[in-house]
Amino acid sequence: MPSPRYWREIPQRYRYEANKCTKCGKVMFPPRLVCPACGSKEFAPTHIGNEGKVVTYSVIRVAPSPFVDQAPYTVAIVDLGEGVNIMCQIVDCEPEEMKIGMDIRLEFRKIQQEGSDGIICYGYKGVPK
Amino acid sequence: MRDVAIIGIGMNKWGELWQKSIRDLITESALLALNDAGIDRVEAMYIGCMSSGIFTDQEHLGAIAPDYAGFCPVPGTRVESACASGGVAFRTAFAHVASGLSDIVMVVGVEKMTDVDGAKATFALATAADQEYEVYHGITFPGLYAMMANHHMHKYGTTRDQIAQVAVKNHKNGMKNELAQFRTEITIDQVKNAVMVADPLTILDCSPITDGSAAVILCSMEKAKSLTKKRLVKVTGSGHASDTIQLAQRSDFSSLKSTALAAQQAYKMANRKPSDINFAEVHDCFTIAEIMVIEALGFAEAGKGGKVTMDGLTAIDGKIPVNPSGGLKSKGHPVGATGVAQIVELVKQIRGEAEPGRLVKNANIGLAQNMGGSGASSVVHILEGV
Repeated sequence: MPSPRYWREIPQRYRYEANKCTKCGKVMFPPRLVCPACGSKEFAPTHIGNEGKVVTYSVIRVAPSPFVDQAPYTVAIVDLGEGVNIMCQIVDCEPEEMKIGMDIRLEFRKIQQEGSDGIICYGYKGVPK
Repeated sequence: MRDVAIIGIGMNKWGELWQKSIRDLITESALLALNDAGIDRVEAMYIGCMSSGIFTDQEHLGAIAPDYAGFCPVPGTRVESACASGGVAFRTAFAHVASGLSDIVMVVGVEKMTDVDGAKATFALATAADQEYEVYHGITFPGLYAMMANHHMHKYGTTRDQIAQVAVKNHKNGMKNELAQFRTEITIDQVKNAVMVADPLTILDCSPITDGSAAVILCSMEKAKSLTKKRLVKVTGSGHASDTIQLAQRSDFSSLKSTALAAQQAYKMANRKPSDINFAEVHDCFTIAEIMVIEALGFAEAGKGGKVTMDGLTAIDGKIPVNPSGGLKSKGHPVGATGVAQIVELVKQIRGEAEPGRLVKNANIGLAQNMGGSGASSVVHILEGV
C-alpha cells in the first residue's frame, strides 16, 4: 500500500472522524463531499460512536494474503447508531460465540502488516462488551 | 429508439484453459458469433472485462479485440463494471444500435483468470469491493455474501438446505451443458460438508475461477430481417442501477435494491411483469445470491426465495426455470464474460438450440440479471423471440 494512501485514511481509522449534514443530520463515515440523502454540501465535523451491535457477520476461513496468518477470523457489520454501520473484525471472541445482536465496543488494534519491512496498518476492531 | 435484434451468438468451452491467451479467448467467441450470424464484419465492438490488467498485465482490449478479429480499423470500447462488465457492455452496445449510431455491433465478454495464483485472483476480485473500508479489514467476496446469507437466515428463517439447493439445481442443469466448466451432479450434503470458505458458505456455494469468453452480435431489427434466416430475438427491456459500494451502508443486508430497480426499468420498457417471464439466467456468484435475486426480480416474495427454490419453482421443469445453463456455479464465472454468456444462453433457449435435458419448454421470453460487487451494480435485460 503506498504510504499516502494509508496516511489519508488515518483520521477515520485512528480517530473515527466523520461529518454530519447540517441540513438533514445524516452522519457520513467516511466523510463525503455530497450528502447522499439530501444533496447538501454543508457539513459539520463529528465522530462516530465506539459502541454498537452486530447486525450480521461471517467467519473467514479462506483469507486474502495479508490475513492468512489470522484465519479463521470474524468480520461483522456493526450498527453504531445515528444511522452509521461499519464493517470491521470482531476479536477476543471465538467464532462459535458470535451472535447477531451482540453488543461490541471498538478498540484500536493492528489490522495487517505489509511483509517484514512494510507499513504496519492499524485501525478499529470490535470486541465483545 | 429503434428496435434491436440479436443475430449471432458465440461461446467457447469454459474451464482452466492453460493453452489459451486472453486474445485467443476473445477471438474464438467473436468468430463463432460471426459464423452464427453469417456475416464477416461488424461496425463496432464492445468488450466486457473486469480486470485484464491484474489477471494478465494487459489493458487496451478495445484495440486487441478488433485487431485479432481482423476488423481494424473498426472501433473497440472496453466496459468495466466488475462482475457486471459483460451485462453493462451489452447494454452499451444495445444503446449504440438503438440510437442509430451503427447498424451492427459485436459485444465480447472475457476474463482470463488462471494466469495468476489463487491469492492474486482473490485480490483482483476484491477490487470490486471498497478497498479502504471493506477489503482493508480482511473481508472477501465469499465473506460479503456469507454475511448476507446469515442475515437472510436470521431475518426470514431461510435454511442451510434451501441455500445449498441452488447449487444442486444449477449443477444438475450444467452437467448437460457441453460448454460448462463443472459437469457433475452434487447433493445437498456434499454442499454442506465441503470445505468451509466463509461461514455458512462452503466451496460448493461459490462460483469458480474460470477462463472463458462469449460474444453476441446486435443489429437493427430492420436490417436483421434481411440478414438472417434464424429466429430473431429482440431486446425488449433493459435496466441498470447502482447501490452503495459498501455493503454496510445499505438499508438492508438481505435484499438487492439495485437488482430490483434494474428489473423494474426492464419490465417497464418491455411492458412485461414477472409472471410473463418464461425463464431466467441470474448471477448466482454464490448460492445465496440466486435466492436474493429471484426475490428482487419478483419471482418470489421477499424472504421466500429459499422455500420456492426447494419447492422446485426454479428447476428446469418448474414454473420459471432459473439458470438452465448451470449458472455461474456450474458453467463457470469468467467475470467479464458472464453477462454476455447469459445473453447467449437466452438466445439459445429462445431458438430451441440448448441441449436436451436442459431445454426450457416454451422459452419465448427470457430475462438475464448480472451484477457487480456485493450488488453495487445490477443490469437486467429481457429478450423475446419474434
